[in-house]
Amino acid sequence: MIQTRRDFLKASGALIVSFSAASLMPLPLNGQGPFATHPSHIDPNKLDSWLAVAADGTVTAYTGKCDFGQGIYTAQTQLVAEELGIDISRVKLAQCDTDITPDQGTTSGSQSTPTNFNTQNLALAAATAREALLSMAAAKLAEPVANLTLANGVITAKSGRRTTYAELLAGKHFDLPLNFAAKRKPVAHWTTLGRPVPSLDRIALMTGRFEFVQNVRIDGMLHGRVVRPPEMGATIAAVDEHSVNDVGGIVKIVVRNNFVGVVAETQYQAIKAARQLSIRWNPGPELPAQKDFFAYLRRQPSHDSLSVDSGDVDSQLRSASTVLRATYTYPYQMHGSLGPSCAVADVKSDRATVWSATQSVYPTRSILSKILDLPLDNVRVIFVRGSGCYGLNGADAASFDAAILSHAVGRPVRLQFSRQDEMMWENFGAACVIEQRAALGADKHIVVWDREDWVTSLGSRPGYDRPGNVVSGMLLGYEPEPLQPGPAKPPKGEFRNRSNIVPSYFAGCVGNACGGTGSIRSGRALTHTVRSLFFTGPLRSPLRIQNTFANECFMDELCAHAKADPVAFRIQHLRDPRLIAVVKAAADAAKWEARPSPHPGTVRDRVANGRSIACVDYEGGNGYAALVAHVEINLATGVVRPKRFFLAMDCGPVSNPDGLKNQCEGGILQAVSRSLVEQVTWDNKRVTSVDWETYKSLYLDYDMPTIECVFVAQDGVPALGAGETSITVTPAAIGNAIFDATGARLRTVPFTPERVLNALHSANEAAVTRPS
Amino acid sequence: MLHRRTVSAIAKRISLKVNSHEHTVVTDPYTPLLFVLNDELGLRGPRYGCGMAQCGACTVIIDGRAVRSCVMSVDAVGAAEITTLEGLGTPEAPHPLQQAFIEEGAAQCGFCLSGVILTAKALLDGNPKASDEEIRDALGGILCRCFTHLRMIRAIRKYAEAKKA
Repeated sequence: MIQTRRDFLKASGALIVSFSAASLMPLPLNGQGPFATHPSHIDPNKLDSWLAVAADGTVTAYTGKCDFGQGIYTAQTQLVAEELGIDISRVKLAQCDTDITPDQGTTSGSQSTPTNFNTQNLALAAATAREALLSMAAAKLAEPVANLTLANGVITAKSGRRTTYAELLAGKHFDLPLNFAAKRKPVAHWTTLGRPVPSLDRIALMTGRFEFVQNVRIDGMLHGRVVRPPEMGATIAAVDEHSVNDVGGIVKIVVRNNFVGVVAETQYQAIKAARQLSIRWNPGPELPAQKDFFAYLRRQPSHDSLSVDSGDVDSQLRSASTVLRATYTYPYQMHGSLGPSCAVADVKSDRATVWSATQSVYPTRSILSKILDLPLDNVRVIFVRGSGCYGLNGADAASFDAAILSHAVGRPVRLQFSRQDEMMWENFGAACVIEQRAALGADKHIVVWDREDWVTSLGSRPGYDRPGNVVSGMLLGYEPEPLQPGPAKPPKGEFRNRSNIVPSYFAGCVGNACGGTGSIRSGRALTHTVRSLFFTGPLRSPLRIQNTFANECFMDELCAHAKADPVAFRIQHLRDPRLIAVVKAAADAAKWEARPSPHPGTVRDRVANGRSIACVDYEGGNGYAALVAHVEINLATGVVRPKRFFLAMDCGPVSNPDGLKNQCEGGILQAVSRSLVEQVTWDNKRVTSVDWETYKSLYLDYDMPTIECVFVAQDGVPALGAGETSITVTPAAIGNAIFDATGARLRTVPFTPERVLNALHSANEAAVTRPS
Repeated sequence: MLHRRTVSAIAKRISLKVNSHEHTVVTDPYTPLLFVLNDELGLRGPRYGCGMAQCGACTVIIDGRAVRSCVMSVDAVGAAEITTLEGLGTPEAPHPLQQAFIEEGAAQCGFCLSGVILTAKALLDGNPKASDEEIRDALGGILCRCFTHLRMIRAIRKYAEAKKA
């Protein structure tokens, strides 16, 4: 089960070059996407760190971006096959293992494609390798590279003489640096990339052979469970180990600070012991009532920041003839992985190996080294896919817990969270309040837009040195990243919109440089970050989905006030050609009928129909999407039924159209569930949504809407992220369609029947103020 | 303070027929069938999702019925034949329903597949002419958190149509 780089080479009789810690050398920090990476013993600037050609000509690629079900395994295999001109069956991919793959930080944030599919990292390594092999062939065949053709690992000269990768390299390493001048194959010449290659894991998955981290079994392995506190802030008063005397097979009750776990011979014994173990807890603090939470949030001390501030917003608002105001709220939501997190750890006195579904093998190694007090190089973290995570689910916490338990018993331990362990203590997607104010000019254009939000935060990814950012670290006594309350500083430097705080319609001017995608020059976006009641962390489209919901719905409110068509009104306020192009493409696909909203049409059997649009420039330059939604609303019951979606997306050159479509569909439907039913609940003490009865998710019997995807191609642009773009625009599109059908504006997610009925029966237009 | 007494018993020798093979295990008879399949028999198809029959990830077929193996004790199976996802077909010769899922690319992470495929299999074995609505109804207790709903329903319909023909 454990692969080593040596195995790959040994199998092919290649010369063995040590990748051990002995070859550690100081490396420059190598920025990869948004996450700074740390030096590892695998030098990202060496070609051999990324690719190995075996004696039989097969290629092994080493990547720090791994597959959780989003399809990046297949796409990376296509990439390597494409650049090297070989069939995908000749490429093996080794993903995310701290002993054998380069440190690429975390696989997250729609960064795998931008990072590995453009002109750096894995793509550059593959291009470097192809050019190096062609040069070797030119020398061997005594003809210039221009006279060589490459097909399926065989290089043929004009003379007809030929050689192969296997012959050229003869099982040796390249021993070359990455060549930053190496050229990628142009998109027009692609034969493997750009094709809908079926996902390479599909047969193993469908026939039950696929190994998830939950299936990892190690000789001598024991089973562990954790016993979490009843609520946030509770601490241990006493643990009665005798309370489980009658449960057989118990190896150890492990208590460390406020961490409690049990280790037993079998899973069932571990479950019984965890349920039965008697612990007296000192209670945690009371929680504010959920119904008043958003008002509570606005009263808390906060760390403030300005994303953009034109400086004239207050005066513009004062002089405007009409100002619209509206407040949007978004609840805490869960990753809610179908399989609760699991990890297997084998901790010995001097070294540790952990099989983990983490998105961050290298950061996890660093945290494990800290909590186990072992040298970094003696800890190995091997990624094995878990249940789909959609961000920071319990995988990191489970990895730390498994290691603590294995360390305590000196044997391998498989740690499996219960459903409640996962749902009560994962890092939720943040709750927030977003307040909008804007004014229209006499020409019905938006002249000023002011935006203020309050967003919850506690912990997040542990990174390389913050165990306390997830529950396990906190229980062991580590602090989460501190939140320093303080006023906002004026924005400076380049305009960035990574969290989509700023509406797409802002010019986004900082000083004289305007980096926004729109034309509104008078704008301000102030964010108050407030300490969260519960752990928070990245959940698919973190803050981007919340912000886009509020921005795109409020844009719709402004549009309705101007009595304008939602597509035309958006285009009037945009200046980015790629964003405009997807708006037009989505409208075309949906055969958009230009008219203002609302437009209550025919109502049959008390069911009203609406249509709408929402768009986003994801993270400010990481993918463009527009979504048209057709939605039905039952006026008697308040039930909302999305019927049809039309998505237009521009994410640059597409590696695998089928994989992309699967991600776009999954994103939209996940957002249907998040828009209609999902929210974390709590009482005065603790989280109460702890299973699938109390945390709602749409089951497979839900009559899902149809989805049509249009991929808008642009020439000569880099590949962008695509896994989080479609989900980002969906809640706003649904909310806008409800408005179109009924005139009722939903400003709180999820759109429950009760909220829809309330909105239908009350005048809830945006507050309009006119200076007297 | 939470303090629940759990049921426990002397280990018992239990025979099981799983995917056409006979097995004998010695275990606490109250052990959920799921853990015996995963830990004693090394099967990967049925998976722990909730332990409360709320999600379907642990589904197996017993005597033609889709059963949640996380809430059934191993002792309760008796002589009945158990089929797991890996018992339906092999990678070399997938069952036609598995083949339909392969052709439609009907998975993302794939953790839910035992529930989806085996529930549909049990339904269509008992009711080969099941309507789209009956198919959806049968999947009422199955969760896919990646939301691959459209492709899964398409794969099941494809298999159902071929079966009817």
